[in-house]
Amino acid sequence: MSKPYNNTKATLALAKASFRSIMRSPSAVVFTLAFPLIFILVFGFLGKGGVKVDLAIAPESDLQNPIINALEQISVVHLLKDKDTAELKKGLEKGTIDAVINVQKNDETTPAYLANVQYTSASIDKGTILKSVLNNLMYTLNSKDIKPTIAQLNESIVQGRIYRTIDFILPGQLGFSLLSTGVFGTAFVFFSLRQTLVIKRFFATPVSRASIVFGEGIARIGFALCGAVFIILIGHFFFHFTLIHGIVTVLNMLLLAIIGLIVFMGFGFVVSGIAKSESTIPPISNIITLPQFLLSGTFFSIDAFPSWLQPISRALPLTYLNDAMRKVAFEGAGLWDVKHQILIMVIWGIGVYTVAVKVFKWE
Amino acid sequence: MDKTNAIISVKELVKKYDDFTAVQGISFDVYENEIFGLLGPNGAGKTTTLEIIETLREKTSGNIIVDGYSVDKDANKIKRIIGVQLQTAGYYPNLNLVELMELFSGLYGVDIKPMEMLEKVNLQDKAKSKYKALSGGQKQRFSIATTLINSPKIIFLDEPTTGLDPQARRNLWDLIIDIRNNGTTVVITTHYMDEAEQLCDRVAFVERGEIIALDTPDNLIDNLINSGFERTKEVKKANLEDVFIHLTGKEWREDN
Repeated sequence: MSKPYNNTKATLALAKASFRSIMRSPSAVVFTLAFPLIFILVFGFLGKGGVKVDLAIAPESDLQNPIINALEQISVVHLLKDKDTAELKKGLEKGTIDAVINVQKNDETTPAYLANVQYTSASIDKGTILKSVLNNLMYTLNSKDIKPTIAQLNESIVQGRIYRTIDFILPGQLGFSLLSTGVFGTAFVFFSLRQTLVIKRFFATPVSRASIVFGEGIARIGFALCGAVFIILIGHFFFHFTLIHGIVTVLNMLLLAIIGLIVFMGFGFVVSGIAKSESTIPPISNIITLPQFLLSGTFFSIDAFPSWLQPISRALPLTYLNDAMRKVAFEGAGLWDVKHQILIMVIWGIGVYTVAVKVFKWE
Repeated sequence: MDKTNAIISVKELVKKYDDFTAVQGISFDVYENEIFGLLGPNGAGKTTTLEIIETLREKTSGNIIVDGYSVDKDANKIKRIIGVQLQTAGYYPNLNLVELMELFSGLYGVDIKPMEMLEKVNLQDKAKSKYKALSGGQKQRFSIATTLINSPKIIFLDEPTTGLDPQARRNLWDLIIDIRNNGTTVVITTHYMDEAEQLCDRVAFVERGEIIALDTPDNLIDNLINSGFERTKEVKKANLEDVFIHLTGKEWREDN
C-alpha cells in the first residue's frame, strides 16, 4: 500500500486490454482492413488498362492499305473488324464504338487512298484522341518520302515515374480506413463501456480518467497503424504502390496517419457523447464519415468536382490527410513539405476536441 | 459493541437528486472485520449509500470516513483499500477471465497471479471463458474475485445473490464468510432476510432513505418477540429450501 500508484502501468494495462478486444472485434477488422483492401483490389485491377479507342472498320472498306496497316501498330487504337452496317450504327449511337473508318482506293492518281472517318457525339473524348492520332498518322504517311524543307521534328520520351491508379487509390483508402476506425471505433467503445457500466467499475479503482482515454487511444492508434502498414505493404508488393524513399516514406505516412487518427477519434468522442442509444451511433457517425468518404478525394481527384462543390471538399480534414499522404508517398515530400495540410488537420483537431470536452459523458 | 472500532463511519449522510431525496440523513458505523448488511426494499437508498461510500457518487451533505480517510479529500486513497462489486457491472468486452484479471491488476497497480485469484472463487476451469459466457453464480463469483485483487481492507457487495439459485447462493455465502475470516470487512446489501440472518454480524434496515433499525439479527428478533409478536404459523425445524438443498446437494456444480 505504501508504493505510490502507477498511472503508466494502469494506462498500459488498459491499452493492452483494449488492443486485445479490438483485435477480436469483427467490425473493427472489417472496417480497418477488409473494406480498404477490397477497394484497393478492385481499383488495382481496374487501373491496368489505360485509354483505348474503339475504331471500327466499315464493311465496304479496303483492308490492304498503308493506313489500316499503320493503325494496327498503334496501341491506343483498338480496331474492330467484321461488323455489319447495322451493328456500326447502333455502336456509334451508344458510344460503344468511338468511330468508324472507311478507306477507299482513289480513282484519280493522287492521293492513292481516301479515308473517311465518322465520329460520334456519344464519345467525344475518344473521338478527339483518335483525331490527333489520325492527323499524326496521315502526316507521317504523306511525308514519308519527302525531305523536310523547314525543320525536322525529333521526338523522344524520358522514362518517368509511372503514376498508377494505386498511387491515387491507396492513400485515399488508407485515409478512409483511419477515418472509420477513428470515428466508429471510438464512438462505439466509449458508448458501450459507459452503457455496460464498465467505466463505472473502472472508477471504483484508482485509475484516472486520463489513463482511460490514453489507454484507449494508444490501443486504437496501435491497431490502426498495424492496419496501415498491412495496407501499404499489400499495395507496394502486389500493386507496385510507389514508396519513393522506401521505409522513410512509410514512416512519414504512419506519422500522418497518427495525426489524422487523433483528429478522427475526436469525432468519435463527440458521437459517443451525443448518441442517445447504440442504434443512433451509426447514423451520426455516417453523417461525419460519408461526406468525407465521397468528397475528400478518396476515389476521385477533387479537381474533377464541379467548382461549387470544391470549397466544401477543401474544408474537410480527410482531404488534407489524403493530399498529404499522396504527396509523401508519390512525390517524396517530407513532413515539413506538407505542413500546410498538417496545420489544417491540427486546426480541425483543436475544434473537434473543444466540442468533445463539452459533450463527452462518463456516466 | 465497545470492543470494536469503526472502519467506516457515516454521519448525517444526505443525497438529493433534482426532485427527490434518496438518502435523508443516515448515520451508522461499520466495525472492523464484521459482515455488515444494509437491508431494505428496492429504491430505499441502499445502493446510493454504498456508492457514495465507494466514492463513485457525490453526496449532498454529511461526513464519511473510511479507514481514517475522508471521501471528500482522499477518494483515491480510499479506492486503493476497498473492493467494489457493483449491482450490474459489465466487464471489458471480448476478454477472457485471465485477461480481465490482468487488466484489473494494472488498474489497481498491484501484481497478482490471475489464476490464483480465480482459484479463490473456484473459477480456475473457466479461465479462458468470456465473462458473458458465465452463469449467474459464476458471474458474481468473478465480480467478487475482482474486488479482492488489491487485497482490500473492506469489500462492498451490492446484491450479490439476487437472481441466483439456492445452491449458488449458499456457495456465495461460504465464499463471503471465507473472505471475512481472512480479515476483510464486508458490507453487503440484500433483500433476502434469511441471507442477512445467516451472514451478517449486524444489519441496518433502510426505508425511504432512512435507517429504521440497526442491530445484530439476534437482538432484532429478540426485541420483536419481547414486544409480544408471535408468528401466526408455528415454524418447523426445516423449511422448503432446506428440503431442496438436501435433495439436490449443496456441492459446487458446474453451472452454478
